[in-house]
Amino acid sequence: MKTLFRPAISLFILLTLITGIVYPLLVAGIGKAVFPDQAAGSLIVKDGKPVGSKLIGQNFSDPKYFWGRLSATGPYPYNGSASSGSNLGPLNPALTDAVKARIDALKAADPGNKLPIPVDLVTASGSGLDPHISPAAAVYQVERIARLRGIKAATVVGLVDRHTESRQFGIFGEPRINVLSLNLALDQSSKQ
Amino acid sequence: MMTTHAWLLLGLYLLILLLLAKPLGVYMANVMEGKSSWARRLGGPIENLIYRLCGVKKDEEMGWLPYTLAILLFNLLGALTVYCLQRLQLWLPLNPQALANISADSSFNTAISFATNTNWQGYSGESTMSYLTQMLGLAVQNFFSAATGIVVVIALIRGFARHTAKTIGNAWVDLTRITLYVLLPISLVYAVFLVGQGVIQNFDAYKDVTTLEVTKYDNPKNGPDGQPLKDDKGVVITESAETQTQTLPMGPVASQEAIKMLGTNGGGIFNANSAHPYENPTPLANFIQMLSIFLIPAALCIAFGRMVGDMRQGWAVLIAMTLMFVVMAITAMHFEQQGNPLLGQLGVDMSAGNMEGKEARFGISESGLFATITTLASCGAVNAMHDSFTPMGGFVPLWNMMLGEVVFGGVGTGLYGMLVFAIMAVFIAGLMIGRTPEYLGKKIEAYDMKMVSIAILVTPLLVLAGTAIAVMAADGRATIYNPGAHGFSEVLYAFTSAANNNGSAFAGLGANTPFYNVMLGIAMWFGRFGVIVPVLAIAGSLAAKKRIAVTAGTMPTHGPLFVMLLIGTVVLIGALNYVPALALGPVVEHLMLWK
Repeated sequence: MKTLFRPAISLFILLTLITGIVYPLLVAGIGKAVFPDQAAGSLIVKDGKPVGSKLIGQNFSDPKYFWGRLSATGPYPYNGSASSGSNLGPLNPALTDAVKARIDALKAADPGNKLPIPVDLVTASGSGLDPHISPAAAVYQVERIARLRGIKAATVVGLVDRHTESRQFGIFGEPRINVLSLNLALDQSSKQ
Repeated sequence: MMTTHAWLLLGLYLLILLLLAKPLGVYMANVMEGKSSWARRLGGPIENLIYRLCGVKKDEEMGWLPYTLAILLFNLLGALTVYCLQRLQLWLPLNPQALANISADSSFNTAISFATNTNWQGYSGESTMSYLTQMLGLAVQNFFSAATGIVVVIALIRGFARHTAKTIGNAWVDLTRITLYVLLPISLVYAVFLVGQGVIQNFDAYKDVTTLEVTKYDNPKNGPDGQPLKDDKGVVITESAETQTQTLPMGPVASQEAIKMLGTNGGGIFNANSAHPYENPTPLANFIQMLSIFLIPAALCIAFGRMVGDMRQGWAVLIAMTLMFVVMAITAMHFEQQGNPLLGQLGVDMSAGNMEGKEARFGISESGLFATITTLASCGAVNAMHDSFTPMGGFVPLWNMMLGEVVFGGVGTGLYGMLVFAIMAVFIAGLMIGRTPEYLGKKIEAYDMKMVSIAILVTPLLVLAGTAIAVMAADGRATIYNPGAHGFSEVLYAFTSAANNNGSAFAGLGANTPFYNVMLGIAMWFGRFGVIVPVLAIAGSLAAKKRIAVTAGTMPTHGPLFVMLLIGTVVLIGALNYVPALALGPVVEHLMLWK
């Protein structure tokens, strides 16, 4: 047993230095050199100030903006430092209540809308920070936004189309729209 | 009812996996047999320097007992280090958020969790762990626990490949080689790729950004003791608050993410794990993450065939694993695609499936497939919240873990678990025809079967006893979050996940309590080393045996008959152990949902 102690402790320390210090520093160095934006968090900068990240969703409840997924982070939605899903089981009454509340909010903001409500618009994401919605969820909101902003629906549809990302290489993932980018573009076009 | 997209995805996944497994498996066999290769010519000087500094004589091999003690010692050091880092992190560098030292019970749980390749997480990463704890404690354990699993299966394979031998290898040499030549180089390339996709890698403090809209919310009021205040009825008192600041977490994420997946560890840097956009930003990154979970377990089957000198033996095991995987993947994707009928009744268009707890960029197919892979492979990373899966969709991850993490399984652990089942399968077959069972030219005798039984029975014992104690104890019931059958599933899932060293969770269970931290810590430790010790004992026993010649009476262990026998054994033992518990959980729930 004694003969095992020296190799155990020294090997542990050496391999810890290699995998725990050298390796992450190397990745950070290469990352910073080759992909500086991504390594730093894919920030969106407007007028010199960071207004968000392309990868992290933000909360939208103003009917003039596109709304994203529900977010179950606490104590407020889209809390960047507390990622979390709702973890509600399918039979949990709290899940049905959350969905109902979202449906009511959508209907209150847009009473005339007869389109079926896409499921991703009324359910919480896994991370609570999902930056995307499905194209159907965007289309559902087009009329409301065009009316409240006093712009043509075709303009909004054009923006939605331009922000729609298709499946990566045609096979990976789902078609999706980045809600924050879309809303920033919406503000931009309303200004003009 | 699977979409075309789901079928295509599954097919492409299998194709690329098998294409990559072959060359990697051959390479790993060469590295572990000490044959020279280009990597060893590059890394040789470093390797030799390490041996010199550590006083390791690389040509001196160990018997099974010193080998086991070496592995245990190395892992104990790991657990101790992670424990100390957590207890002291406030006073150590690389803690820009000044995150507090972590409580003793949570530190104990996490230390065991990462040393045993479980990566069960009772804490939420971004608000608990300093960068130093993550990279020097948790990420290092991701490497070491993966290396441990791999060297144990290599030792077992040597047991089959050698005859009349007293030794099964040198633990220090094995650990060094697998880390230097396999885990580290792949992780490096992989981590850089992840950064390119958007995974962060920096040491900055968390960044505050000004959001487009002001968020209004009810903030729970805290008393002087830091606990939320409640009124007479027990309702939490809140005050209205608003914020226009979003705090983005930062850190050395990509380097840890790579080994987290490659080593089938699964412990997320952030609470939301691979659902978090900073851990898993794009569908391509997600696909590569899924591949990297099964990559080494699949490659080890090839390495196994090569090291025992009969590639067909490795392919037979790999085919058995693949068949079981395909069935489970189809089941999960099918039920998640069906969605939740209760939401359909509210007028929601369910054609996109059950999206609660899932990310829009992944959707149903990628989430269902990921859940199947991560739970079969004892990885435990999640890209969607399993707790919000439909009952039968959530049954898949639970059942996958109950199979004992042998279908691909964790790196190393999966294959040694599967080989234990293979010995069980030839034993059953031997009983049926009245012959002494043999596997790969080794007679399976009473001692070997005793060790096999211990290895197979230790996890169900921990799961079922643990679950029973938890649902009987007030402390155990206090933090069950969902009512009814689902609450029972959560507890069962937690113990299944811990004892099988998976680490995924039905996260609705409030598990960061002294009760669960200690109970699950015990389950994880014995679920890991309660299997490793008998497996190494088998390795020693097999290595010492003579090789017997193949005769007309030898059952071939590479044909379809053996594949079916192996699948049958795995499923039968899993089912016999767990059906009553499953009936109380997901089965009841499914019947209630679709009544």
